[in-house]
Amino acid sequence: MSQAACDQNEFPYESDEAESILAVVEHDPAQFSRRSFVKTAGVVGAGVAAGLPRIVAAQVAREAAATSPQSVGISIQVNGKQHDITLDTRTTLLDVLREHLDLTGSKKGCDHGQCGACTVLVDGRRVNSCLTLAVSVSGSSITTVEGLADGETLSAVQAAFLEHDGFQCGYCTPGQICSATALIDECRKGDLSQVSWHTGRTNHPALSDNEIRERMSGNICRCGAYPNIVAAVRAVSLDISSHPKESA
Amino acid sequence: MNPFGYQRATSSEGAIRAVSTSGAKFLGGGTNLVDLMKLDVEHPSSLIDITHLDLAKIENSPAGGTLIGALVRNSDLANHPRIVESYPLLSQALLSGASPQLRNMATTGGNLLQRTRCYYFMDTAFHACNKRAPGTGCAALQGFNRIHAILGQSDGGPASHESCIGTNPSDMNVALAALNATVHVVGPKGKRAIAISDFHRLPGTTPHVDTNLKADELITGVELPPPVYAEHSWYLKVRDRQSYAFALVSVAAGLQMNGAVIQSAGLALGGVAHKPWRSVEAERSLSGASPGPDAFRQAADLALAGAKGYQDNMFKIELAKRSIVRALTIAAAGTRGGDRS
Repeated sequence: MSQAACDQNEFPYESDEAESILAVVEHDPAQFSRRSFVKTAGVVGAGVAAGLPRIVAAQVAREAAATSPQSVGISIQVNGKQHDITLDTRTTLLDVLREHLDLTGSKKGCDHGQCGACTVLVDGRRVNSCLTLAVSVSGSSITTVEGLADGETLSAVQAAFLEHDGFQCGYCTPGQICSATALIDECRKGDLSQVSWHTGRTNHPALSDNEIRERMSGNICRCGAYPNIVAAVRAVSLDISSHPKESA
Repeated sequence: MNPFGYQRATSSEGAIRAVSTSGAKFLGGGTNLVDLMKLDVEHPSSLIDITHLDLAKIENSPAGGTLIGALVRNSDLANHPRIVESYPLLSQALLSGASPQLRNMATTGGNLLQRTRCYYFMDTAFHACNKRAPGTGCAALQGFNRIHAILGQSDGGPASHESCIGTNPSDMNVALAALNATVHVVGPKGKRAIAISDFHRLPGTTPHVDTNLKADELITGVELPPPVYAEHSWYLKVRDRQSYAFALVSVAAGLQMNGAVIQSAGLALGGVAHKPWRSVEAERSLSGASPGPDAFRQAADLALAGAKGYQDNMFKIELAKRSIVRALTIAAAGTRGGDRS
């Protein structure tokens, strides 16, 4: 990708011509706006379909809308900082973080929700940011691996990954750490996994190693650092259960 | 990915109006749709984001069952106290599917609409796929068909315009079939309720049509009947990895016991057909029977009657039978009977 493409205000696939018929969804799309449709129909109708029956012009406008990049304004909070960004509707949350905000901690592994390297927290819940359209989380609060530490003080999960050597190449690590951070919260709430059903422990199950493996199964590590990742998560969960107040 | 418009719906009526635009689709969790858009299998002209609609509640239904809003996320549904307590089969099925991240995103309505994971459907490098490109044939019939259907498929040969051996990949749907759920939808002509067994389709002569939901209809929720299998149910999922993999075969089994005799049963299979495969014949054979290997094997034989395998998935027929026996055996012993790991 070119340098220009990485600039947050540049869309490499937009031409000036395309931009003239962009349908801009309003910043606060509380209601369906017919403005975008009318605007699109107006431009195409005047330039291409003048004199056509209205319904045909509308169809032409729809087809144009489906083949031209659509721009939209979003507002998201990332690691406590507010960002107002204009972007192509196709942009994923992962690409916003990496390409628009220079937060390259979150990694693009498979880009299809299969590896977990892109895991971030949206309103406190772990999700695959590669399958999350940025526009769909406008108004949400995002936490990435860059937002977990308190200044120079690492979070408990980050410190445990260091302590237990929970990585080798490190590419999957930001996703592993975000995932493990959410895992600890989920466990505190009493969330279950399939292992909980299989072991018959369905009332606030403790984090056995099998529970940890199951709950971390959405994060693949190609180096195979799994034993150390399990050790790191185990250490955090044991620390929390022995010091419940500090972890609250 | 093709360019698309985006609108955030604030009412069901508005969402239905907006989706009536040619090529528009609803956006829920996006875990399947966005993936397929990246693969150029789906190319909606616009996405109508319905995730802000007020459809994320779990409530008691007037009939004594449970009403699950279409936008309840899979992880929230699996962990809801009422589901854990009264419909453990559903909690188990949900938790055996996907990953924690994906379950946090995926919605109940979206899970119902998951598309097949057939390689030849998902990869546009293959020309022949009657589901993706109607009339082009079925590459899976002569391809690597280990994950494909053994029941209810359309098989007129690889060149036939009707052939399709894709399967429904959902775990949730299998549990909903065994629980005899009802899908509630609303469209321009008003509301209607669709029995889960009528919601998903077999490929028949139109394999590109997955469900009987109309393009301008919105799923509002799923209704579960009053719970009868809470004490005796089990979801067994057999797959190549222990976690985070689709089922080769899965079984949702529920038994309503009357003393030492089975009063009624719910039984459905996943990974074997174009829709969750509920076997009413097997369920009937279990009613009034004493739980045990004989009754369970008979039910398994009935459920797999007419099964047909291909070069790579012939094993599924016996695997499904043994999985049924095992799931029923565990269900009979009790949902919360202890360590099955």
